[in-house]
Amino acid sequence: MGLYDVFKIAGSALSAQSVRLNTVSSNLANANTLSSTPDGAYKARQPVFASVLSQVDGGPASVGVQVAAIVESQAEPVREYQPDNPLADADGYVYRSNVNPVEEMANMISASRSYQNSVEVMNTSKELLLKTLTLGR
Amino acid sequence: MPISFDSALGIHAKALLLRSRRNEVLASNIANADTPGFKARDIDFRKVLSETADAARLERTHAHHLDLNSEAGIEGAELLYRVPNQPSLDGNTVDPDLEKAAFAENAVRYNASLTFLDRKFRGLMLALKGE
Repeated sequence: MGLYDVFKIAGSALSAQSVRLNTVSSNLANANTLSSTPDGAYKARQPVFASVLSQVDGGPASVGVQVAAIVESQAEPVREYQPDNPLADADGYVYRSNVNPVEEMANMISASRSYQNSVEVMNTSKELLLKTLTLGR
Repeated sequence: MPISFDSALGIHAKALLLRSRRNEVLASNIANADTPGFKARDIDFRKVLSETADAARLERTHAHHLDLNSEAGIEGAELLYRVPNQPSLDGNTVDPDLEKAAFAENAVRYNASLTFLDRKFRGLMLALKGE
């Protein structure tokens, strides 16, 4: 039945967007972490969304969303000369994570907007359902 | 003359079902607003409803005839792809504002059908009680 499936669909969107918010927060938290090797530096993480078709009970059109994978950014870590830093390598360099804070903030706003949209969808559908239950009273 | 609920309620019961179906389709679009490659879809409400209304006039004279009056006609409603006016680079064609507007409109119209049905039931109740 259409309206009940909306909870499944919007719920999957909520969980996917919260995974996205999660990666944003871990990226921002690690924006300034240093490492003594380029490989050890923190790499920005991004979720990859994919749609899920639920054919069985929802008919052909109910399409939820899932996080298919979480990929790490391939950008080069930033090399900085800090000979006093205890993490510095033999040449005096440290490697900062490749997180781009501006990108992350934009990502965060996009994720929170999408989250709000799905919450709205859920609320509206809930109201419609509750109203349908009182039909004929 | 027996009164069937179908003829008493008119088109509103089917409209309500189709509205809830469209609600689901639009919710899918909004949920997949950030999914790469997802194509927004919608139902041509007028077309599907007039098709099911036409089907309602066909009589089943044999057990093997397809029942066009059942919910299957609405559950299997043809889904069309929305023509994007601003497709994004990742192949996604969902316009969140457009989808939200369509969703709100659909919810209001669902409420309208619901009110019509409610009044029909009240009318029937009134006739039954004969007060």
